[in-house]
Amino acid sequence: MGTDSMPAPQGIETGLDRTEAVSRPGTYLELIHSWIVTVDHKRLGILYICYALVFLLVAGSEALLIRIQLFYPHNNFVSPYTFNRLFTMHGTTMVFLVGMPILFGFGNYLVPLMIGARDMAFPRLNAFSFWISALAGLLLYYSFIGGVGLYGTGSAPDVAWFAYAPLTEKAFSPGHSTDYWAVAILANGIGSIGTAINILATVFCMRCKGMTLSRIPLLPWLYATVSFLVLVAVSPLTAAQAMLLIDRYLGGHFFDTQMGGSAILWAHFFWIFGHPEVYVLVLPAFAFANEIIPVFSRKAIFGYPAMVAASVGIGFISLGVWAHHMFTIGMTSFGNAFFTLSTMLVSIPTGIKTFNWLATLWGGKIRFATPMLFSIAFLFQWVIAGLTGIMLSVSAWNWQLHNSYFVVAHFHYVLVGAIVFMIFAAIYYWYPKMTGRMLDERLGKLHFWLMVIGFHVTFDVMHFPGLLGMPRQIFTYEPDRGWTLLNQIVSVGGFIQAIAVLIFVYNMVHSYFRGALAGPDPWDAWTLEWSTASPPPAYNFVVDPVVASRRPLWDLKHPEDPDSAFE
Amino acid sequence: MATVPLEHLKDEGEWRLPSRGMVAMAGLITAESSIFLIFVVAYLYYLGRDVNGPTPKEVLEIPYFGTVCLLSSSGFIMLAERAIEHGKMAAFRLWWGVTILLGAIFLADTGMEWRKLITRDHLTIHTNLFGTCFYSLVGLHASHVIVGMLMMLLTLAFALTGHLRSEHSYRVKVLALYWHFVDAVWVVVFTVVYVVGR
Amino acid sequence: MKTRPIICRRWIVLTAQLLACVSSWGGQSSTSIFSNKSTPAHQLNDLSLFVLSITGLIFVGVSSLLVYAIVKFRARKGDTTEPPQVFGSMQIELSWTIIPILIIVVLFLTTARVLFSVQDAQKPKDAVDVIVVGHQFWWEFRYPQYNVVTANELHLPVSTKEAPRPAFMKLTSADVMHSFWVPQLDGKTDLLPNRVNEMWIDPQETGLFVGQCAQFCGAEHAKMLLRVYVDTPEKFKEWIASQQKTQPELTMVSMDGQAKANETAPNVGNQGRVVQTAMNKVSPNSPTTRGNVSSLGESQEISARAGQYVFEHEACISCHAVAGTVATGRYGPDLTHLMSRETLAAGAVPNTKENLLGWIGDPNQIKPGSLMPAMHLSDRQNQQITAYLLTLK
Repeated sequence: MGTDSMPAPQGIETGLDRTEAVSRPGTYLELIHSWIVTVDHKRLGILYICYALVFLLVAGSEALLIRIQLFYPHNNFVSPYTFNRLFTMHGTTMVFLVGMPILFGFGNYLVPLMIGARDMAFPRLNAFSFWISALAGLLLYYSFIGGVGLYGTGSAPDVAWFAYAPLTEKAFSPGHSTDYWAVAILANGIGSIGTAINILATVFCMRCKGMTLSRIPLLPWLYATVSFLVLVAVSPLTAAQAMLLIDRYLGGHFFDTQMGGSAILWAHFFWIFGHPEVYVLVLPAFAFANEIIPVFSRKAIFGYPAMVAASVGIGFISLGVWAHHMFTIGMTSFGNAFFTLSTMLVSIPTGIKTFNWLATLWGGKIRFATPMLFSIAFLFQWVIAGLTGIMLSVSAWNWQLHNSYFVVAHFHYVLVGAIVFMIFAAIYYWYPKMTGRMLDERLGKLHFWLMVIGFHVTFDVMHFPGLLGMPRQIFTYEPDRGWTLLNQIVSVGGFIQAIAVLIFVYNMVHSYFRGALAGPDPWDAWTLEWSTASPPPAYNFVVDPVVASRRPLWDLKHPEDPDSAFE
Repeated sequence: MATVPLEHLKDEGEWRLPSRGMVAMAGLITAESSIFLIFVVAYLYYLGRDVNGPTPKEVLEIPYFGTVCLLSSSGFIMLAERAIEHGKMAAFRLWWGVTILLGAIFLADTGMEWRKLITRDHLTIHTNLFGTCFYSLVGLHASHVIVGMLMMLLTLAFALTGHLRSEHSYRVKVLALYWHFVDAVWVVVFTVVYVVGR
Repeated sequence: MKTRPIICRRWIVLTAQLLACVSSWGGQSSTSIFSNKSTPAHQLNDLSLFVLSITGLIFVGVSSLLVYAIVKFRARKGDTTEPPQVFGSMQIELSWTIIPILIIVVLFLTTARVLFSVQDAQKPKDAVDVIVVGHQFWWEFRYPQYNVVTANELHLPVSTKEAPRPAFMKLTSADVMHSFWVPQLDGKTDLLPNRVNEMWIDPQETGLFVGQCAQFCGAEHAKMLLRVYVDTPEKFKEWIASQQKTQPELTMVSMDGQAKANETAPNVGNQGRVVQTAMNKVSPNSPTTRGNVSSLGESQEISARAGQYVFEHEACISCHAVAGTVATGRYGPDLTHLMSRETLAAGAVPNTKENLLGWIGDPNQIKPGSLMPAMHLSDRQNQQITAYLLTLK
C-alpha cells in the first residue's frame, strides 16, 4: 500500500486529469457559501462528521467533569444540580449529536460511492436533514445559556437521557430543561428520519448497472437495515415526546399519574425507541468492520449471505427486546421471561457475525495498519460487551445489575469499545479518500495504544463498583461502601482517553495540510469508492460503473481469479 | 468503473430499479405508521382508566358522514390517477377537486364534532385521560389530512395553471399513495375510537 | 512484532482486573451483590455464578481463537501475494448457529426457573407486611399489621431456617419513580406512582444492611439512602411496641383532668379515628381550643413544651405527623419516633442535636434540593423545636 499516488489499475479512469475543468470557488466567503448551500452527499457527509467530532469533544469534556466529581466521595466539585445536567447532556449529546450524525455522515459519504451512484436519491432532502439536525444540536446547547444563564442554574436538561416520566411532568420539572430536551431531540429525529428515507431510496433505486442487491457491499446492506430501524424506532420517541409536550403545555394527562396516567407507559415507549437506537448506532460499526477487516486480511468477507441474513435478523429481533431495560419495573414473570428469551436470541445472529469476522481473519495475511488495529481491538471488546449483555439479559440477575455501574460499563463497552473504536478505524481508512491525504501512521499507533489503555483502565474497572452495589446517576457516594479506589482508577482512565483523542484531532488537522498524498486506492481495496480519485470529483465517477461481482476492483486487479467466476 | 465484460445482463433494457418516489413514500408511511401506532397503543391502554369526566360511551357519536366522505375520496383519487396517466387533464382536475372537497367535508365534520364535545360535553384535552388521548389521536390524524390537502391544493393550482402534464403522473401517484395511507389510518383510528373504545 | 504487545496487553489487563477483583471483594463492601444474606439474593447469586462461568468459557474460547488468528495469520514481511480466497461454508455457519442456540436454551431455562421461583413465591401466613412509599428524597415505611409508620430506617425480624419470617413488601411512590435496592438482601424493585409492585426478602442474619435508591429521581437521588435493621425476634417486638406508642400533647391545657393525649391514636390511614377520638374528649385536641403556653417567660425558654408550641403553630404540622398530637401531615416523614432513628434525611447525616438544629434551620445546607423548605424561623425557635424533637424517642 504505497503512500504516494498509486497508479490506478488498468481500466479505471479516476478523473484526476479532468478536474482542472471544474471551476473553483474564489474567496473564502464563496467557499463557506458553497459548503452551506451544498447538496453534494460527500460534502454533507463531511459536515455531519465534523459536527459530530466537535460534539464528541464537548460531551467528552462533560464526562471528564463527571469523573472529577466522582473522584472522592462527598466531593463538591460541582453541585448536584450541575452534575445532573452534566450526565444528562453527556448521554444525550453522545447518542444524538455524536453517534447518529457521525454514522449518518459516513453513510451519506459512502453509500452512493459504493453502489456506483452519483449522489443520494434526494440531495435536497439530504441537506435539509443535516441542517435541521444541526439546528437541533444548537438548540440543545442553547439551553445552558437560556433560562437563568451561564452563571445561574441554566436550563440544560437534567432529567437523565431517558427522561423518565413523571419526573419530566410539569409538577416535578417546572423549568424548561425538559422542554429543551424534548424539542431538540424531536427536531433531531426529523432529520434522522429524512436521512433514513434517503438511504433506503438510494440503496434500492440508485444502484449502478449489474449491482444487484446480492452484489452491493455489506456496508449499504447494513445502512439499509439501519434506515429501516430508524423509521420504525425513532418515531415512537417522537410520539412520546409529543405526548410529553402535550402534558406539559396543553394540560394533557398521558403521564400524569394523579389522573390515571402511567409512568410505565413512558418507559415502554422510550425503550421501544431506545433499544433499536443502540442497534442503529452499532450496525454501522459492524458495516465498517465488514469493509475494513477483509481488506486488511486480504480475503473476501467470510459468508456474505449469512452476514446479510444476520444483519437483517439483528435489525428485526432488536425490535422485540426493549423491555430488558425494564426488568425491575414490575412486569409479570411471564413478561420478564419473554424479554429474557428475545434478548438472548439476538445474540445468535450477532455471534454469527463475530465468528464470520474471525473466519475472515483465518487463513488471511493480516496487515496491521491503524484501521486494522482498531478493528482488532473492536473484535475483542465486542465479544466482552456482548457477553456482559448476556449477563444483563438474565432477568433475575438483572434485578441486581440494573441501574448500577455494571450497566454503565456494559453500554460504554459497546458505545466506546465497539462503536467509537470502529469510528476511529473508519476515519483512518476513509480519510485518505475524503481528503486525498493519509493520516500519520505513527501518531495513529500512539492514538491507538493510548486509547486501548485508557479504555480498559476505565471500563474494565467500572464493572466492579456496579457489582459492589453502586447505582448510576448519583452525584456522590458514601465513603464506607468500598467504591472510592475503583472510581479513582476509572477517572484516571478517562483522562488517558482524552489525551488519545487530542492526539487524534491533531493528526487529522495536521495531515490535512501535510499528510502524504493518498491516490485513489492507498489500501489496495476492492469496492467502488476506491476506483475514483481521492477526493472524488463532484460527479463521483467519470463514467457510470458497471459491475459483475461483489468486488469489482478485485476482478480488475486479478483477472486470472475474478469473483465473477464464483457467482 | 469496471470494464470487465458483463456476463449476466443480456440486453440494455434489463436493468430495472424501483422508483425513488415510491420507496421514499413507503419509508415515510412506515415512520408515520409507527407514530400512529404509539398513539393508538396509548389510547387502548388508557381505556377505562379515567379518574373522572365524560366517558367515550357518553359523548361520542359515530361520524358516519365524514367517514364515508374520507374513504370514498380514496376511490376518487384513483380516478384522478387514472385520468392523468391517460393525459385526460380535464377529468383529472375534476376528480382531484372532488377528492379535495371530500377531504374538506371530513375536516369540517371533525370540527363540528369537536365543537360539540368542547362546548356541550365539556370534554377538552385537559379534562381527563380520555380527552387527552382522543384529541391527540384524532388530531394527529386530522393534521395529516390537512397536510395532504395542502399538497393536493398545490397540485390543483399547478393543474389549473397548465403546468401539470401527464409525464408528471408518477409524482401524482406518490402523493396519492400518501392520501391512501391517510385513509387507511382513519380506518384504524375509527375502529379504535368509535368501535372498540365505546 | 506488533502482535506480541497486543497479547501482553491483554494479559496485563486481565491480571489487573483479577487483582482489582480480589482487593475490592476483601469483604469490606457492605453492598456487594455477591454477599448474600437473604434467599432471593442467594438464588440470584447462584444464577449469576452459573452465567458467569458460561460466559467466561465463551470469552476464553473466542479470544484465544482471535489471538491465535492474529498471530498465525499475520502478513510476513515483503509478502505481497494474496491468500486463497474463501467465501464461506454452510456447515461452519450452521455449527456456529446451532451451538449458540443450545447455549441460549440452557441459559434461558435456568433463568426462568429462578425468575419464577423468586417473583411468584407464595406469601406465608406469618410474613411481615411492609408498605414502602417512595418520596423525593426519603422512604416511608408502614407496617399495616402493627399500625406503625416510620421513615428511612426499616426494621425487620431475622428469618432463620427453623423460624422463617420473610417480609413481603408492597412498593409504590408518592411522586416520581424510585427503586428499592439493598444488594445484600435482594435485587431491586422499582417504586412507581399509581402502581403497586411487590417483592420479598428474608434476612438470615441480624445486623445493618445498607442500600440506596436506584432510579434517578431528581436532585438528591444520590442521598436517598436505605438502612435495614434486622433484629432478633425479641428486639423486633420491642421496637414495634415502642413505635406504636404515641407522643403526649405537651401544650394541652388540662381541663377536668381528663384532657390528655390520645394514647390509642394509630396513624396508619386512621385520620378518622384521631378526629373521632379527639371529638369524644372533653377538650377537643385542636389548636384553636388548646391552651397556649402559659406565660411569656415560658415561651422564651428552650423547652420541649415551647418547642411543640412553635412546631404546631408554624407550618410544620402541614407536612409532618407526630402520633398523639395534632400533627398529622403526610407530606414529609413521620416524626413520632424521630429519635429512634440513627440518621436524618434518609441517611444524609447522623441523628445528632447539631445536625437536627442545622436541618431545621436550613435543610438545603445539608441536602440541597430537598423538598423541605427553610422556614426562616428565629434561632430561638429553631432551638425550641429541636428541644421538642429530641423528646420524640
